Amino acid sequence: MSQSPSSRFQTSLKTLLRTREAGVFLALVLLVIIMGFLSPYFLLSENIFNVLRSMATIAIMAIGMTMVIVTGGIDLSVGSVLAASAMLTARLIFYTELNPWLAVVVGIGFGMFLGLINGFLITRVKIAPFIATLGMLSIARGLTYMIASGLQGTVASNIPMRDPAVNFLGAGYIGPVPFPVILMVILVVIFSLFLKFTVLGRQIYAVGSNELAARLSGVNLTRVKLFVYSLTGALAGFAGILNAGLLSTSATNAGLGNELDVIAAVAIGGASLAGGEGTIYGAVIGAAIMAVLRNAFVLLKLPVYMQTIAIGVVIILAVASDQLQRRGSNRH
Amino acid sequence: MSEQAQPILTVRGISKRFGGVQALKDIHFDVLPGEVHALVGENGAGKSTLMNILGGIVPRDSGEVVFMGREVRFNAPQEAIDAGIAIIHQELAMLPTLSIIDNVFMGRMPARLGWISWGELEKLTQKALARVGLHQVNPYTRVRDLSASQRQLVEIAKALSLNARLLIMDEPNSSLSESETQTLFRVIHELQQDGVSIIFVSHKIEEVLQISQRISVLRDGCNTGTLSQSEATVEKIIQMMVGRELVRDHRRGQQNSGEVLLQVSALSGQGFRDVSFEVRKGEILGFSGLVGAGRSELARAVFGADPVFGGEIRWQGRPVRWNSPADAIRAGVAMVQEDRKVQSLFMKLPILFNMTLATLPAYTRRGWIDYQKAREVSQFLVQKLSIKLGSLDHPVSSLSGGNQQKTILARWLAANPKLLILDEPTHGVDVGAKAEIYQLIRRLAEDGVAIWLISSELPEILTMSDRVAVMCEGRLAAVLERDQADEEKIMAYATGTVSQPAAALL
Repeated sequence: MSQSPSSRFQTSLKTLLRTREAGVFLALVLLVIIMGFLSPYFLLSENIFNVLRSMATIAIMAIGMTMVIVTGGIDLSVGSVLAASAMLTARLIFYTELNPWLAVVVGIGFGMFLGLINGFLITRVKIAPFIATLGMLSIARGLTYMIASGLQGTVASNIPMRDPAVNFLGAGYIGPVPFPVILMVILVVIFSLFLKFTVLGRQIYAVGSNELAARLSGVNLTRVKLFVYSLTGALAGFAGILNAGLLSTSATNAGLGNELDVIAAVAIGGASLAGGEGTIYGAVIGAAIMAVLRNAFVLLKLPVYMQTIAIGVVIILAVASDQLQRRGSNRH
Repeated sequence: MSEQAQPILTVRGISKRFGGVQALKDIHFDVLPGEVHALVGENGAGKSTLMNILGGIVPRDSGEVVFMGREVRFNAPQEAIDAGIAIIHQELAMLPTLSIIDNVFMGRMPARLGWISWGELEKLTQKALARVGLHQVNPYTRVRDLSASQRQLVEIAKALSLNARLLIMDEPNSSLSESETQTLFRVIHELQQDGVSIIFVSHKIEEVLQISQRISVLRDGCNTGTLSQSEATVEKIIQMMVGRELVRDHRRGQQNSGEVLLQVSALSGQGFRDVSFEVRKGEILGFSGLVGAGRSELARAVFGADPVFGGEIRWQGRPVRWNSPADAIRAGVAMVQEDRKVQSLFMKLPILFNMTLATLPAYTRRGWIDYQKAREVSQFLVQKLSIKLGSLDHPVSSLSGGNQQKTILARWLAANPKLLILDEPTHGVDVGAKAEIYQLIRRLAEDGVAIWLISSELPEILTMSDRVAVMCEGRLAAVLERDQADEEKIMAYATGTVSQPAAALL
């Protein structure tokens, strides 16, 4: 017995509305409406694009982090990898005759390489992802200082980004739209489709849902994990170059603590840290909620500590409401 | 059995050693096209190892496997699947957070230029589901929202969609009720007609006899013989499995005169409604019913693990309300949960820890644990229950299923309970350990402990119980005295085809 197309559409609409992403999205819409009333500036397109630009690097890293968390892992090193990749690119542009675009590729490749090392430690040496990437958090930050200072050992805290064309990635506009926002949207769409419509994408979910079952179904666990950690490293490197381009400088303390924002975005967006569940658009909504909150506190001239507290409350609320909802749905 | 048919699978002289343990020794057997060939044996007899070798999960040390006319050696699960051998693992081999489609096609999603067509997959999945009688199920349903039997059928649908010529089913009906098992058997018969061969691994000998054309018995890694359906009997198989004759269980004398220990009146909760009954000292009260009838839910609510919506519980005559298991344990109730791996055992922690967890306060002196004493008590219980273990300090995961179950029993016996609730105490336990657990339960009852025995196995309920309570869809359908209870009557109440007048329940 097959359902009629319209009833199938209804049931799939219903299941869509019941997802965590839908709940978080509603929360975001509510937040935007409330802010629209509270501040006359909030809904100005300039402000909205500012908010979007401020979340772009977090959202781009959240793409990779979602995949890592869906496999049941975690990557604490993204903030440091962001800085190391950007520093390498800045240094190559500043001190060498290398084509600036090649320098960008090398920077992203370096991030990918650091991610690959994470994956290697996790799959081959069998170190827990938390520990392996905690180590990388420290190593990559150290490498950032090393690259900034050069082999001569002069202490530098940043290197200017000298190529305007490269900086356009992070600082440019197309019409009123900041270029990094466009890049964010493109990457989010591509990787959302990738997760849903490619074999490797489905295998990422399988690994986190039940590793043993995935292996027995013929999924190559090592390959899947190496992929997600490398991709996350590459995306962190890319985010680093956008970030440095925006500021026209690559700083040694860039991305400090970003890993926690990225993980928070993914968690708010509905991913389970136990693995097997989570979506990229959920994580993007999570990043958006945090960005809107930050913006709101600035516009309303509220103290910064309240903003920090509010973001913590949102993280806990999002996960708690999900728990409560789950308990409710187990009742019937 | 036709002599001229060429076996689809021939196993010659397979041996396998894990460290110091000889898991398999010179195994010979074969499977004919369209045959159901059962593989029985106690836990640790080597069934899983043999399956894993055939499925490419572990390599063999020596011997030869011929499948569909050619010698094969699989180095990865995928190679076996490609060749046409599919293993249906117990439930653990599923992806709970993903849809049926993902589960059916994981590892081999058809993709064009790397892209999956969900519409096509949906159709293929529906076709596969229809073959196992799951026409009504939406292929996008998450597997964790399915019932145990539906999951089992999805696993079979998956194997079928692989075009497997040989299905290996590992304890496929261990968590299925009687009627669900019959559905499974119907599907198996249909597959046989299509020429699919099946290796059926099970503990339930009665059902093995019902479904298989031949039965091979493993003991300590050796094949102790292959019987045809006509020559096999339960006694013969058990003898080949354990190498000795087990005395078949006999019912014990009527024990209905003890004082009432627990009285439940009009109790309602999640999954059950308006249930009234009593348990007396020294009696074994069996709880029968289909899977999902509310038996475990009722027991968990009484034990304080789940909330009670209405009704009354009296313990030794006084009304009580236990809000947590800790309250019930303090009063003298113990409960052995259904799924030992999830609800009871700490698999990575030592046996000693697992055994003493519920009674730790008894081994403390001024707040500090006296390990010497805990060890002595545990050692005593190990002997009393004849648990086979290397050391109390080994993780409980090192034990066989039967010995794990005994470890949980030991945990609760250490607490000297007045009422012992057992939820499927012999689930996944081999026959030898089963007989020992039965004996232990009887001995406890003779010592005055009240036993509340939940079981989906009718023979177990019938041989063990003084009275049999039957639940159907959350209600207590009947409480039968032992001499009135038989399989037909219990099944009639359990399936709701008859109902007992409420007055007769009291």
